[in-house]
Amino acid sequence: MSQDEHPGLTREQLDPFAGKSCGPSRQSRDPIAPSDIRSWIDAIGDTNPIYVDDDASMATGRSSVIAPPAMLQVWSMAGLGGTSKSTTQDPRKELFALLDDAGFTSVVATNCEQEYLGDAVPGDWITTSEVIESVSDVKDTGLGRGHFITTVMSFTASPDPLGDGELIGRQRWRLFRFAPKNRGSGGQAGGDSDRPPRPRPAINRDNAFFFEGTLAGELRIQKCDSCGTLRHPPSPACGACQSFDWSTVAMSGRGTIHSFVVNHHPQVPAFDYPLVVALVDLEEGVRFVAEMPDTDREDVAIGLPVEVRYRKQEDDLVMPHFVLAEGSSQ
Amino acid sequence: MSMLSGKTAIAGIGATEFSKDSGRSELQLAAESVLAALNDAGLTPADVDGLVTYTMEKNPETEVARALGMGNITYFGRVNFGGGAPGAVVLQAAMAVATGVADVVVCYRAFNERSGRRFGAGVQDRGTEPSAENAGYAWYTPHGIVTPAQWAAMTARRYMHDSGATTEALGAVAVAARRHAATNPKAWFYERPITLADHAESRWIAEPLRLLDCCQESDGGQALVIVSAERARDLPQKPAIIKAAAQGIAAPTAMMTAYYGDDIGHLEEMTLVADQLWADAQLSPADIPTAIIYDHFTPYVLMQLESFGFCGRGEAKDFVRDGNVELGGRLPINTHGGQLGEAYIHGMNGVAEGVRQIRGTAVNQVANVENTVVTGGAGVPTSGLILGADG
Ligand SMILES: [Zn+2]
Repeated sequence: MSQDEHPGLTREQLDPFAGKSCGPSRQSRDPIAPSDIRSWIDAIGDTNPIYVDDDASMATGRSSVIAPPAMLQVWSMAGLGGTSKSTTQDPRKELFALLDDAGFTSVVATNCEQEYLGDAVPGDWITTSEVIESVSDVKDTGLGRGHFITTVMSFTASPDPLGDGELIGRQRWRLFRFAPKNRGSGGQAGGDSDRPPRPRPAINRDNAFFFEGTLAGELRIQKCDSCGTLRHPPSPACGACQSFDWSTVAMSGRGTIHSFVVNHHPQVPAFDYPLVVALVDLEEGVRFVAEMPDTDREDVAIGLPVEVRYRKQEDDLVMPHFVLAEGSSQ
Repeated sequence: MSMLSGKTAIAGIGATEFSKDSGRSELQLAAESVLAALNDAGLTPADVDGLVTYTMEKNPETEVARALGMGNITYFGRVNFGGGAPGAVVLQAAMAVATGVADVVVCYRAFNERSGRRFGAGVQDRGTEPSAENAGYAWYTPHGIVTPAQWAAMTARRYMHDSGATTEALGAVAVAARRHAATNPKAWFYERPITLADHAESRWIAEPLRLLDCCQESDGGQALVIVSAERARDLPQKPAIIKAAAQGIAAPTAMMTAYYGDDIGHLEEMTLVADQLWADAQLSPADIPTAIIYDHFTPYVLMQLESFGFCGRGEAKDFVRDGNVELGGRLPINTHGGQLGEAYIHGMNGVAEGVRQIRGTAVNQVANVENTVVTGGAGVPTSGLILGADG
């Protein structure tokens, strides 16, 4: 159905965008200040001392406190009410216009991967530049048909606002521009808007960190500050040592299928069936359940490698799901 | 070791009919089944001074007592975790009686679970009020795992992977239950046996579970009367002595989602229950000629046979073959038809069948039953019983 309506853009149309810079680089408005670090770690609940205590940081071989790596993108953001300077040179404008014209009018952020290559320290200025890495061929997914667009932001740090700076990290950001699938069989009318919402998780003081994590594109798992044991599902205390002090760590999102179900009945209108849901051994050593909505039941098996993906479910809720790792499909 | 062994007995059992639409209120089902159990025991509502039921029960003790004109109630307690409770309510009652806190304790469970609120329909509409219980569902319901069958299927898949149990092994459990139900006039599936082929061809519910791997949804009520063994000897029925009653939560135990232990196909809480039962009753699997094994989903019957040592780990798939768990086999299980064949009353109807096997009054009576095992729901915090003949 959508295949005829939305044949997708050709490689000739898409290839010129790969490698293009998304406009001039952007510098942080101020150098990194310890007070900004404190506000952020208080809000996130990160208690790692190397962000606030020189001695603790020096014990790790550094020369002073460092900025939390996960703040990478924070420094050069435009700020509340500010607009990131949209420039006429940004080739994404042209790309998005092409995609809109081809019917791919919806957008969802699917992945955000950060790579940490060096430390930023108080006093550093952070400069960000972004390039389009790739635009995929047209793909069919559970959401509908569309193209994936991957951009890479590079972050440099320098004590001199005019200096060249040292590369401290990269962020790979993937968007899916798509034409939403019509739900219902037999060509019946009715888009996603007719669909009742999925069950919402009950969020409380013990598990809120997880859903804050998915909003930031991270699969965060609790880690005991005292003995280092990871634990899931969340708990206010560590069963191994009874400590109530904990932090969270972002998982890689990679793992293998420990078990899975394929749901057929009853059919809750918010989901598509048959629905594969997997119990995954994350490579860090905890297990985690999430659906695999885009995976065919014939392709799933115990032991296969999977990777996490994220999907915005409601304005304030992003949920993880798994896909088979590339190269693992049968 | 428990000091409870042999001190108390089940002196009365009573139930409503089991159906898909009772046509009356849940409270009426509770009152009818409690009254039937008291009549069976030769007692009256005025004799009752203790009431025990499930946390999930919707009929308050006050309303059951008022409906039947009970007098002063000096002990009432509830047990959490759904189908895990049938042995546990008996344990609570036995402890109350053995300690003198109460003399006549009635355990009851009654619901319109088919015509009213169906457990099988799922918990997708569960609230988001921030309790620990609701937060626990946050890891499942948003991903579409909303029903008991779906929770169970995750564990079942891994168990089958590790043990090599196939659909045929699950089918053997279903066939046995339906064979026994076929000759039990109280069973919903009376005169409706199935074959292994029927099982294998039944539709998927949540792979690897098919329709015929799943218990029914039923309307009905079941009650039990617990008194001291001494008093039971003076009442009309042959006592079913409570030789052992035990509960279990082990480190990895959860409410249907014990997905995080080393070996999720090994029911650690049921093994904990089994070990206590064997020790307290001073019995072993060889002493048990028939058993009631909680059968919400067929794979859990296989796992429980291993927990109790009726066969070795991973060997249940062979143990259930060739009619070995049917009448005439080494260990006929669920001779009333189980929850697959008779009715799903959260395991309470299984306790009643255990009592009948001890009395010698079951429709599918096994010869010379001196002792029997009754288990609670598996894959949840659970419980179990060993009932035996007096003397
Ligand atoms: Zn700890």
